[in-house]
Amino acid sequence: MTQMLSPTSIAASRPVTEEAKLEVRGLNFFYDRTRALKDISLSLPAKSVTAFIGPSGCGKSTLLRVFNRIYELYPKQRAEGEVLLDGRNILDKGQDLNLLRAQVGMVFQKPTPFPMTIYENIAFGIRLYEKLPRSEVDGRVEEALKRAALWTEVKDKLNASGLSLSGGQQQRLCIARTVAVKPEVILLDEPASALDPLSTAKIEELIDELQTDYTIVIVTHNMQQAARVSARTAFMYLGELIEFGDTEEIFTSPHDKRTQDYITGRFG
Amino acid sequence: MTEHTVTAFDEDLKAVDRLIHEMSDLAAAMVGSATRALLDLDNPLAQRVVSQDTAMDAMQRDLDERAITLIARRQPVAADLRSVVGAIRMAADLERIGDLAKNIAKRVGAVGEAIPPRRFAHGIDAMTDLVLSQVKGVVRQYEERDAEGLSRLRADDEKIDIQYTAVFRELLTYMMEDPRNITACTHLLFCAKNLERIGDHVTNIAENAYYIVTGRQLSPDRPKQDETAILLAE
Repeated sequence: MTQMLSPTSIAASRPVTEEAKLEVRGLNFFYDRTRALKDISLSLPAKSVTAFIGPSGCGKSTLLRVFNRIYELYPKQRAEGEVLLDGRNILDKGQDLNLLRAQVGMVFQKPTPFPMTIYENIAFGIRLYEKLPRSEVDGRVEEALKRAALWTEVKDKLNASGLSLSGGQQQRLCIARTVAVKPEVILLDEPASALDPLSTAKIEELIDELQTDYTIVIVTHNMQQAARVSARTAFMYLGELIEFGDTEEIFTSPHDKRTQDYITGRFG
Repeated sequence: MTEHTVTAFDEDLKAVDRLIHEMSDLAAAMVGSATRALLDLDNPLAQRVVSQDTAMDAMQRDLDERAITLIARRQPVAADLRSVVGAIRMAADLERIGDLAKNIAKRVGAVGEAIPPRRFAHGIDAMTDLVLSQVKGVVRQYEERDAEGLSRLRADDEKIDIQYTAVFRELLTYMMEDPRNITACTHLLFCAKNLERIGDHVTNIAENAYYIVTGRQLSPDRPKQDETAILLAE
């Protein structure tokens, strides 16, 4: 029997040359008095896709929401511990939240286009962070739509409402909006759960392309999706990180029985 | 192992395992009957082995279809995936064991009026016993999820190789003693070779079963004791 590795030691055993983009150290999270994350430590490599899986309420979305401190929009939610983005603790009081959210973009479960034109949906975000002449904004909008594999479908109707697009197109519009502000990390919270299989495939193809430039973290209930798109998978349960390792290994020979039971459909 | 939330998933997996069990029972019966038929020149028994091979082929096709349907419908992962893919491989090895047994049985017709092979049976009998215990043991240990037992069983193939070398020497001696022995002993040599090949398929099954049970591969270096190639070169 090979020695069982704890999640942290598996992460620690990776080659040191691998650059960590996000490093979580001893993270605890509280919804008022409820402890939703328990002493999480893990390291997410740069320019690669990491998937968080686990049953509802396991803390995977909570963990994602810590990475851009979006939880601060709500009262009585707080994080303790360290989350290092390129070695800098983003949980520090001095952290500029606008800057953080430009660096760490987020796409949600339901497509959330603004009730404005396709063009403005993207230009709006760019103008929030940068003052650019119109021609440059045009270029950035086009680039973002191309990165989100949406350009050919919308280039002739940039002034149509974002809401006129199909669900899958709306979600890619949201990804374009995220990409337009040039983030370093993209957080995807169930990005394809409301989409049909074809749109889902397009999103997955997009994730695969985006990982050459961005560090991507995806939360998904669809285990096959995690297996398809990610290089690393973290299994969480009841606020704890149970197992973190290469996706290939998690889905063929997981070490922890709870991981095995969850991914094979033997839970509860 | 804990049961799946979806009970039909468990039933699908059990059906695949049941087929492996039945194929292994049939394989063992075929190997035993085939050698006995050859040694006793028992034609009806040989015919039975030939027809059993048709049943074996049908079972393998059934297992393949069930396994592929299971993958398509349930998308198994981890231990489930290993057991389905492993079952496909094990079934292929069991089917090959059936083919080799059939080859042994088909020699009954070819021996013709030569001296009955039973009088040269000493080494072949012992080798058959060894092979049979391996064939029966491997699926039993898989069912018991006995990783250590599977690893030992794989190593035990060495005993078959040693016995094969002994049978080879023994039959060569009979042939040198009296040219009239050559026909029967040549058929027995092929029989021994087939038994040795059956041992190799059991080894494959043990390696697959070990992977299914543990998620790890057995180390590739396994002792080889078949010296007949060296003997021939000499």
